[in-house]
Amino acid sequence: MPTAPELVTQSAPLMNILLFLPLAVALVILLGRKVLGVNVCVFLAVASSAICLLCSIFNLGVVGSETIRLMPFLFLDGGKLLNVGIDVLHDGQSAGMMFIVTLIGFLVQVFSVKYMEDDDAKPRYFGALSLFLFSMTGIVLADNLVMMFVFWELVGLSSFLLIGHWFHKPSAAEASKKAFLTNRIGDFGFMIGILLLFGANHGDVSFAGLRESLMMGPLKAAAGTQGWLLTAAVLCLFMGAVGKSAQVPLHVWLPDAMEGPTPVSALIHAATMVAAGVYMLVRISFLIAASETGAMWIAGIGGVTALMAALMATQQGDIKRILAYSTLSQLGYMVMAVGLVGMTGEAMGGNAGHPAMFHLYTHAFFKAMLFLGAGAIIYSCHHEQDIWKMGGLAKHMPATTLTFAIGTAALIGVPGLSGFFSKEAILGVAWGECKWLFAIGAFTALLTAFYMTRLFIVAFLGKARSESASHAMEVRLPMLVPLLVLAFLSIFSGYHFLGGPLKAMAVHGHGEGHYTVMGISIAALLIGVVLAFVLYKGKDKDPVNIKLFANKFYIDEIYAGLIKVFQDGLAWVVTGIEHVLVDGLVARLPAALVAKVGQKARLLQAGQLQGYTFLLGAGVILAIYVIVFVLPGVGH
Amino acid sequence: MITLNHYLFVSGALFALGLAGVVIRRNIIIVFMCLEMMLSAANLALVGFSRFRVTEGLPDYAAQSLVFFTITVAAAEVAVGLAVIVALFRTRQSVEVDAITRMQG
Repeated sequence: MPTAPELVTQSAPLMNILLFLPLAVALVILLGRKVLGVNVCVFLAVASSAICLLCSIFNLGVVGSETIRLMPFLFLDGGKLLNVGIDVLHDGQSAGMMFIVTLIGFLVQVFSVKYMEDDDAKPRYFGALSLFLFSMTGIVLADNLVMMFVFWELVGLSSFLLIGHWFHKPSAAEASKKAFLTNRIGDFGFMIGILLLFGANHGDVSFAGLRESLMMGPLKAAAGTQGWLLTAAVLCLFMGAVGKSAQVPLHVWLPDAMEGPTPVSALIHAATMVAAGVYMLVRISFLIAASETGAMWIAGIGGVTALMAALMATQQGDIKRILAYSTLSQLGYMVMAVGLVGMTGEAMGGNAGHPAMFHLYTHAFFKAMLFLGAGAIIYSCHHEQDIWKMGGLAKHMPATTLTFAIGTAALIGVPGLSGFFSKEAILGVAWGECKWLFAIGAFTALLTAFYMTRLFIVAFLGKARSESASHAMEVRLPMLVPLLVLAFLSIFSGYHFLGGPLKAMAVHGHGEGHYTVMGISIAALLIGVVLAFVLYKGKDKDPVNIKLFANKFYIDEIYAGLIKVFQDGLAWVVTGIEHVLVDGLVARLPAALVAKVGQKARLLQAGQLQGYTFLLGAGVILAIYVIVFVLPGVGH
Repeated sequence: MITLNHYLFVSGALFALGLAGVVIRRNIIIVFMCLEMMLSAANLALVGFSRFRVTEGLPDYAAQSLVFFTITVAAAEVAVGLAVIVALFRTRQSVEVDAITRMQG
């Protein structure tokens, strides 16, 4: 075992506030919401996330990386066998991510104050938001895989609570269940991965320990003799990310998660849940770099997700679903970037900056903004979500339209905006590593431009296609301010004065073929936008109709079929076992036996005195015979 | 010469007759009398044992005193038994054993 530095519990007030304040607020709200009243609960939640945001701003600009133990958590044999703590890994990556999480969390809460004003269960909602923030903070700060797993599960729980916030709606209840179960599948792989590394590295699963052991220690030895071990561990950990970051084939929960309140979607899609998977992959990028097969699989699945999700997005009608599929597609980009960087064999992340993290940051800003913008639209249109029933919103909601346009432009990668730079960074790596994935990435960029332009044209331009859309009004200031802040960040987070402190800027991106990549991506952008303009300008209903994409490649149906076959099969077997074993052998057979014997034995009970007497006599004789003649012989 | 075996033989015969009567006869009074006969058979056996277990020229009186107890208890039992039979006759108007089947399972 590598000699890890002895960790003692330290006091780090900033970290403690960041981690435990949201938890405390969540507990206070969930336990005392009846006593405190609605307004106090809301105030507590918003104030606590504001404090967390301040703390994480102070935290930015960290150099180097250090591990701080907040408290011991699990240890065996005095810490020699197992020593896992609530440890904070304090470096550029966690500081940058922390800023994103708290900023978006704060803005979403501010937005929610207005958006959810008519909701009866506001305290529960804000309590769950705080819990979500706490879980995400834990993942971001985690210094070891076990702590990350604990908070990983907490994220699953809080997403369950929030997606199912309107649980009286059957679809919302089902969606929350689906999200939770699908995530559990991935989490199972994550757990196996942790255990594999735990065994291979003799109980040390901290990132620093793993990195050290991979350079000179048990992991290096294991990688030398059993090459499959590292690949298996990486793929198992990746399975966790497949669940959380909604990659194919476990992506099905994310579009359904749209059943939750829109601000929650913004939170899940931008900064918390789905980002957790990518964040984790970047944290273990040194492991991925050591396993080429693992890296290839990761890149491949990321590419497939990016492409499939973009295709599905082109045929959706629900504004939130379009955004959801676009999130899927962008997550595919990030995961692909993780795999591609792993294929180069270099370990990035930490303080170095990673294209996936860069895209995660910029995406967090514009996707949060797009979702909050969609929320504003839905709010103004009396909870209408179908883009074909909107139209002409630009006239009624100019400010929202402007921010939405900025978000769209950033997402499709208009040069000069943040999304352009981060997408460039990923495509640059793809160009250098794998031309196939580059082609997929470029085609996805084209599709992204296409479907986002389609969304914008149909919803904001033209004339209103329904009553509620024609009466839409600009939203009030509490909802507008978060949008404007995020719009500002969407434009400028790609530049050094904002991206620098986040330690996210990809270091290379200006490599060979840089101008080719830029040219291709700008061409893809133009083709996509023009195509969408030609097809959708002034249309009242969708002129393109591709069943396969609209029905999401029938993946949900395939899963339903598979589950039906296997579940019904299992049920059939279990019923058979029950009929034969439980019903027959355990219940029916003894009952029949007893009944039969009883039937026969009844005849003895004739009620005749003399019969009894005879039996008595016979019994006595038998007893005497046994005692006198049989028993003395036994044992000799 | 009469030995213990003769006594025991007679006692056994009496007991067997009594048991047969108890099992076979239908009249409950006869059954009752047969029962008494079985008791007497036991008494006879006891007396026989007493007579032939001689220590220092004297028979074993313990068995004979037991017989007195048995006869006394049997007398009491006869009183109770006859009373039961009378009560039975009053309810059933019969002293046949077949009439009493309430103990049927």
